[in-house]
Amino acid sequence: MLKTFRLGGIHPSDNKLSRTNAIEECGLPETVAIPLSQHIGAPAVACVKKGDKVLTGQIIATAAGFVSSNIHSSVSGTVVSVDNLPDEGGVRRPTVTIKVEGDEWMENIDRTDKIIKECNLGRKEILEKITAGGIVGMGGATFPTHVKLSIPPDKKADCLIINGVECEPYLTSDHRVMLERSEEFLVGVRILMKAIDVQKAYIGIEFNKRDAIDHLSDLTENTHDIDIVPLKVRYPQGGEKQLIDAIIKRQVSSGALPISVGAVVQNVSTTLAVYEAVQKNKPLIERVVTVTGKNVPVPANLMTRIGTPVSFIIDRCGGVAEDTGKIVNGGPMMGRAVANLDAGVTKGTSGILIFSEKESVRPVASICIKCAKCVSVCPMGLEPYLLYKLSVRNMLAETEENKVFDCIECGCCSYTCPAALPLLDRIRLSKAEVMRIIRERNLAKKV
Amino acid sequence: MNKKFIISPSPHIHGHDTTSKLMRDVLIALIPAFAVSVVVFGVTSIVITAVAVAACILFEYLIQKFLIKGPGTICNLSAVLTGVLLAFNMPPHIPLWIVIVGALVAIGIGKMSFGGLGTNPFNPALVGRVFLLISFPGQMTDYPSPSPDAMSGATPLAFVKESLKSGKGISEIMPDLVSYQDMIIGFKGGSIGEIAAAALILGFIFLLWRKVITWHIPVVIVITMALFSGILNLADPERYINPLFHILNGGTLLGAIYMATDYVTSPMVKKAMVIYAIGIGLITILIRVFGAYPEGMSFAILIMNAIVPLLNKYIKPKRFGEVVKK
Repeated sequence: MLKTFRLGGIHPSDNKLSRTNAIEECGLPETVAIPLSQHIGAPAVACVKKGDKVLTGQIIATAAGFVSSNIHSSVSGTVVSVDNLPDEGGVRRPTVTIKVEGDEWMENIDRTDKIIKECNLGRKEILEKITAGGIVGMGGATFPTHVKLSIPPDKKADCLIINGVECEPYLTSDHRVMLERSEEFLVGVRILMKAIDVQKAYIGIEFNKRDAIDHLSDLTENTHDIDIVPLKVRYPQGGEKQLIDAIIKRQVSSGALPISVGAVVQNVSTTLAVYEAVQKNKPLIERVVTVTGKNVPVPANLMTRIGTPVSFIIDRCGGVAEDTGKIVNGGPMMGRAVANLDAGVTKGTSGILIFSEKESVRPVASICIKCAKCVSVCPMGLEPYLLYKLSVRNMLAETEENKVFDCIECGCCSYTCPAALPLLDRIRLSKAEVMRIIRERNLAKKV
Repeated sequence: MNKKFIISPSPHIHGHDTTSKLMRDVLIALIPAFAVSVVVFGVTSIVITAVAVAACILFEYLIQKFLIKGPGTICNLSAVLTGVLLAFNMPPHIPLWIVIVGALVAIGIGKMSFGGLGTNPFNPALVGRVFLLISFPGQMTDYPSPSPDAMSGATPLAFVKESLKSGKGISEIMPDLVSYQDMIIGFKGGSIGEIAAAALILGFIFLLWRKVITWHIPVVIVITMALFSGILNLADPERYINPLFHILNGGTLLGAIYMATDYVTSPMVKKAMVIYAIGIGLITILIRVFGAYPEGMSFAILIMNAIVPLLNKYIKPKRFGEVVKK
């Protein structure tokens, strides 16, 4: 019996169209647009100005506080502007635009193919390198990695969990990294283990990636510190709480962090980025982006520089078909629709997904028939139909009582609803609204 | 690229389940039971079912159009299902005008008066059936026997009840009762859709496979009935008939699988489903054994329907990470 999480979940068809396509270089665009807020926390503060010459890997914005992250130039060239520009969703955010001139790297970055397995650095030095390299969670949530690895003094981690689940349909970037960069990836795992001082790491991989499971199992055959854990294919297994539950059978309680049950979770691409930052001095300036969709002529996994415009990547893969209806940054379940194709790829962009007009149309909503399917698929044990109803009636206090904040926005409820009700849309609205009220209440207390 | 793209929040894909597909699956699951009733009772099953379905569709259409003045709802197939279930609860020689009255009550009072699908607290088909049972007790309990050599004029449940009333013991009744084999296949008296246990179970397996319903409600109802009637049977085998008889006869399987599981009128959370199902099982046996009617399934479901809102309010699902209190 394959392991999996205990509550809820769905099984959408996985559509991993690009699973066998090896990672290729995306190539350099003419300009890159690098947002300064690619992570959860405070936006980084720009330390370059218009007209400055920058090298590939040079820092262009520094972290503004602990929960923030450095940003580096992904190309060499001239800074064209430091300004508020529309991001993928059309919201204006501070962005550094750089005109690409050649590809000249910082000298301290090791660009050779040599895999450096030995790491003699201590915990502190490893954390410093990760902080300096601007590493953030690359699975989509983009939480700064050094924050996750800084375990509070009163807590103790006993295992590291590597998220190789990639439960979102279509996406294959982590899958390809595990296959093609496996040795570097495993060095990264051991560096992370050292950073949080644990003797055990589990790599959770869903069973639709048999080749990755077999390959990594072969590589770790003679070791006892890393376990490869095959998992049943089920969405949202890549959710941090779901993955911990699936692998070590511990449930993180409402509002708590994984460290409360002794676990630290890191994503596959993040682990590779950690390896590169620690062993090669290479900051997070590129990542594998899956470009996919049933209408994409050649689905691909592209090693893409951060800030590369979405339109450049799409053109690289044959352009958009006539009947394209929607372009999504990320997977189909949790990704964000792209409004502005000039916006750049960020550290959290695991895929660019292109839907036809037909695939983009939402089914027409009817009425709730109380089929209870949303309740049974909710991985957090919530009652989406009830939260929906309460939200429609603006009964915000009741949504809070019914644990609206536990919602991880995985979208299982909306996916499964036979009446096609916009359950998650409504739940998001009430989350935001309740959050605003709480903030105002706290402010009022202070005054 | 000047094209405008659709911008909407995630998820960007949908599971393709629709209300009408779910209703359609339930209708498919009822085909075997329907086929058996046609074999046993003949064309009359087809006529009653057709009239009930047509009447339900017509009443829903008229009420939706002229009273509620809302968009058409026939396409979701729920009126068709109500019609089929109402028909399945009719004795085979029921006058058709009574069926039409039943359809009017089921759709008009049971469903549309609350606002239509999704809002009705009680199972519409059962509202129709119980209304008819109370209003036309003679016609609604007139069960002709399918074969000349079996007992006539009564369902096995009614036959047992009458015989017990007249002072006979179970061991005296048993030889005159239809065989268990006939109960399973469907050669016995009863409402047109309830007679064939095997066919109803076949449909249940289909519904489980299609994930239309979960096992909880039907299985718990049957287990509860078996346990309750089993205890009574052990206490006094001469006065209380065995559990298998209760499960194979009357509306047990039709009710447990197809009526108690009605989405709108059953609870949302698994724990609550179990409580609801235990309630139905207990009340059914109580009515059958100690009540005035030989059959209690319809009443039991309607009574438990009434407390579903309460169950939904107070019984919450197991939340992720909920600390177990020791």
